[in-house]
Amino acid sequence: MTNPAIQFEKISRHFGDVKAVDEVDLEIRDGEFFSMLGPSGSGKTTCLRMIAGFDRPTSGRILLYGQDVSDLPPFQRDVNTVFQDYALFPHMTIEGNIGYGLMIKKVPVSERKRQVDEMLDLVQLPGFHWRKPSQLSGGQRQRVALARALINHPKVLLLDEPLGALDLKLRQQMQVELKAIQKKVGITFIFVTHDQEEALTMSDRIAVFRDGKIEQIGTPAEIYERPATTFVAGFVGTSNLISGETAKRITGDARMFSVRPEKIHLATANEKIPAEMYSADGVVREVIYLGLYTRYMVELDGGETLVVIEQNLKSTSMDVLKAKDQPTRLLWSKDHINHLGA
Amino acid sequence: MPSKYSAEKASLGLRLGALGTLLFLYVPILIIFLYAFTTDEKTFSFPLPGLTTKWFGVALGRADLWSALTLSLQIALIATASALILGTLAAAAVYRSNFFGKDAISLLLILPIALPGIVTGIALRSAIGSLDIPFSYWTIVIGHATFCIVVVYNNVLARFRRMQGSQVEASMDLGANSFQTFRYVVLPNIATALLAGGMLAFALSFDEVIVTTFTAGQQTTLPIWIFSQLTRPRDRPVTNVVAMFVILITFLPIFFAQKISAEASDTEGDK
Repeated sequence: MTNPAIQFEKISRHFGDVKAVDEVDLEIRDGEFFSMLGPSGSGKTTCLRMIAGFDRPTSGRILLYGQDVSDLPPFQRDVNTVFQDYALFPHMTIEGNIGYGLMIKKVPVSERKRQVDEMLDLVQLPGFHWRKPSQLSGGQRQRVALARALINHPKVLLLDEPLGALDLKLRQQMQVELKAIQKKVGITFIFVTHDQEEALTMSDRIAVFRDGKIEQIGTPAEIYERPATTFVAGFVGTSNLISGETAKRITGDARMFSVRPEKIHLATANEKIPAEMYSADGVVREVIYLGLYTRYMVELDGGETLVVIEQNLKSTSMDVLKAKDQPTRLLWSKDHINHLGA
Repeated sequence: MPSKYSAEKASLGLRLGALGTLLFLYVPILIIFLYAFTTDEKTFSFPLPGLTTKWFGVALGRADLWSALTLSLQIALIATASALILGTLAAAAVYRSNFFGKDAISLLLILPIALPGIVTGIALRSAIGSLDIPFSYWTIVIGHATFCIVVVYNNVLARFRRMQGSQVEASMDLGANSFQTFRYVVLPNIATALLAGGMLAFALSFDEVIVTTFTAGQQTTLPIWIFSQLTRPRDRPVTNVVAMFVILITFLPIFFAQKISAEASDTEGDK
């Protein structure tokens, strides 16, 4: 088996008293699309910058395919970065930008030209050689930044929220494309984002960061269906957290659990409770019609409010709005609850 | 570009005011141009008794004038060159790193341009004197560099602040070491700022009188030569001829410096 692409051994990065990254251990596998997900200030970007070499760990070691790179400057590491602001060189043409790494390595001009052509094809910008970055749209600059990094065939490609500046449609399109490009080139991608949907869409595995530590590492499905902590349950998607008395009444166990809003079925007040289901009674307090689905806020008899999402398969807005202030019975499968630690 | 200027005409009063200001600024200069061609060699009589170009010939033949001009050009070039290097380094240090007293140092760098020349001059004179350095060509260069550094520093720092994003990091990330990054990324980004700052510094140095008076030994720069002519009214029109050339020599770099800065900000990120 090959070495992991990236290994963190007790990596810490302190800025004065602030522990931006706090004793993180991490292993990123060869060839995977790995996302670092977390709110701003959670340490994910600092981790990325330490892999790139722009930042040095206060303590700990970083291994790149088994080689200790902790003390190497950025230009001696076999990784490349796609920056959040793209950081294209405004005074160079697109060809100059993409060929920059090869120019520095003194690759002959004809060979450089051939590889730039190849990259422009890969990112679907054929014929853009002589344009300047200022003449491109945000999405096109994004592709150039990607090509400029990939042309060096890095062992690991780092992406620092590269889709943040794009509008929603373009972002969704780029998500699919990025994933396809990663499959094609077979390079390990490390993707930093605060957008949980983005992370769920593209990743093989996700690490959820909070306050300089990793809360959970897992596949998108694991993270979503089996969040390990209340933070993960709340940060990735929406979760209903139920604990104490109410939990005991529903499951017979006072331990806290989470259940996703879309797993809950909104039934009539007296509907029969099947054996494999949990149930809770309450009153619909709020109905928010969102086209594709409707979001209900249901106040349980115990006082908690649960969020329930139902797709509008047959109902229209007129139907769903009638549910407001009606008593209801919530039903969900016993498989769909997830007991949480802290 | 029609969009750049308002189509509406300014009011009559405003236009008269603008005209008045321009006249106020430029009539004295026009007078110098005019009296460079007079046949009267002692007084400023008007109307001119006659027109002649003989003073240009007289000016060309004056060896003291030529040596003053050469000295001024040399000093301006050397002061500008050292200001370009030192100003850029200072700007890079202040922009790139955070250190204790950074703001204070930034202020100290800018201060010489605001300090009255007479203060700078007298300070330099006593400093140079107390160090037992003979007043010479090089003391003049040092004096000029004090205010030349400022304009370069300011121009380059402003450009650094406008430089887009993480270009330096991107360059290092793509395998370039510090020198290559400077050569291929930083320098092209600040090139026009260096040109503009350099031209301005050159113009400042070329017509400097006060600091030069305090830091020069026996040397006579062109402005000092002109100044000394005031007490010798004999070839007065020659002075005017020289003044005319000084105006042209200083006007051109400032004109181009302005054009370059304006272009750079118009087409930011579009070079």
